[in-house]
Amino acid sequence: MLHEKLYDYLLHLGDNSMILGQRLGELCGHGPELETDIALTNISLDLFGQVRNYFQAAAQIKGGDATEDSVAMLRYEHEYKNTYLVEQPNEDFAHVIVRQFFFDVYHQLILNELMNSKNETLVAIAKKSIKEVDYHVDFSSTWVKRLGDGTEESHEKAQTAVSTLWRYSMELFKATETESWAAESRVGPDLDQLKSVYLERVSSILKEATLSLPEETVFQYGAKTGRHSENMGYILAEFQYMQRAYPNMKW
Amino acid sequence: MNKEWPIWEIFIRSKNGLEHRHCGSLHAADEDMAIQNARDVYTRRQEGVSIWVVESKHITASNPEKNGEMFEPAADKVYRHPTFYELPDEIKHM
Repeated sequence: MLHEKLYDYLLHLGDNSMILGQRLGELCGHGPELETDIALTNISLDLFGQVRNYFQAAAQIKGGDATEDSVAMLRYEHEYKNTYLVEQPNEDFAHVIVRQFFFDVYHQLILNELMNSKNETLVAIAKKSIKEVDYHVDFSSTWVKRLGDGTEESHEKAQTAVSTLWRYSMELFKATETESWAAESRVGPDLDQLKSVYLERVSSILKEATLSLPEETVFQYGAKTGRHSENMGYILAEFQYMQRAYPNMKW
Repeated sequence: MNKEWPIWEIFIRSKNGLEHRHCGSLHAADEDMAIQNARDVYTRRQEGVSIWVVESKHITASNPEKNGEMFEPAADKVYRHPTFYELPDEIKHM
């Protein structure tokens, strides 16, 4: 029983990073500048590296012939536990950066808490990942400021991205049954308690960037419990293609 | 308005104690971005522990057309190399 919960919790942690990593991977060779292209794919690789750690642990719990690959790639859409935010398309560079920023600030908070988890594997993964994610936060925050406080056009695009993506932010903090279990058993953080720090950090960067959060937002919830947006099927089609077409293939 | 980002020269120190060495150049809009880009482009395989960036326009270079007068006169002045001294055997590391 405990193991099942932990397995689910590992998926919660891994799926967000994995789907965002896949979205960033789509930009490989398509970044707006060579240097930015490399930066975004570096971040993608960081995220996939972290996902491997989570899913190796998950595969061990599952036992049998489960591997990190089967955990990552052989689930149905409703079994993925990532949020709406990370499924959002790479509309333009402003969307890519704002999506990244909204996630990075959350990610950093989560990892900081996981370093005090009761679960040793999670502590180890968090300690290893936090340096990468601290950099991600620096990277996306400076870009948010640069775009927001840049030209009229970059400001407008950044503001549109903020206004569009903000509605997916609060899902990060709405605990599912699994995440509540994690908080109660001190395996993971109490998401509700992190919300105010998150809002503070996001608002202060946005203020510097001369951007503002929308005044009224109807927040979207549901992806974490499997009710994904229409984007998800397309992401998975590409992501799972090789494993589905050539089962058990390895690189 | 020029829409191209300016070019920056990147210097990486590979280990503490060694000097920063020029390793290439890249585009960036400002110095913070230059550092981040340098980190992502030039140190992703553990090449460095410190980065310097200098916008290329701040570097004054010698004129290649003047290479003749600049460098060739040194070619026949071998006596400027300290190779004409006889070293005592006791001195090992020269």
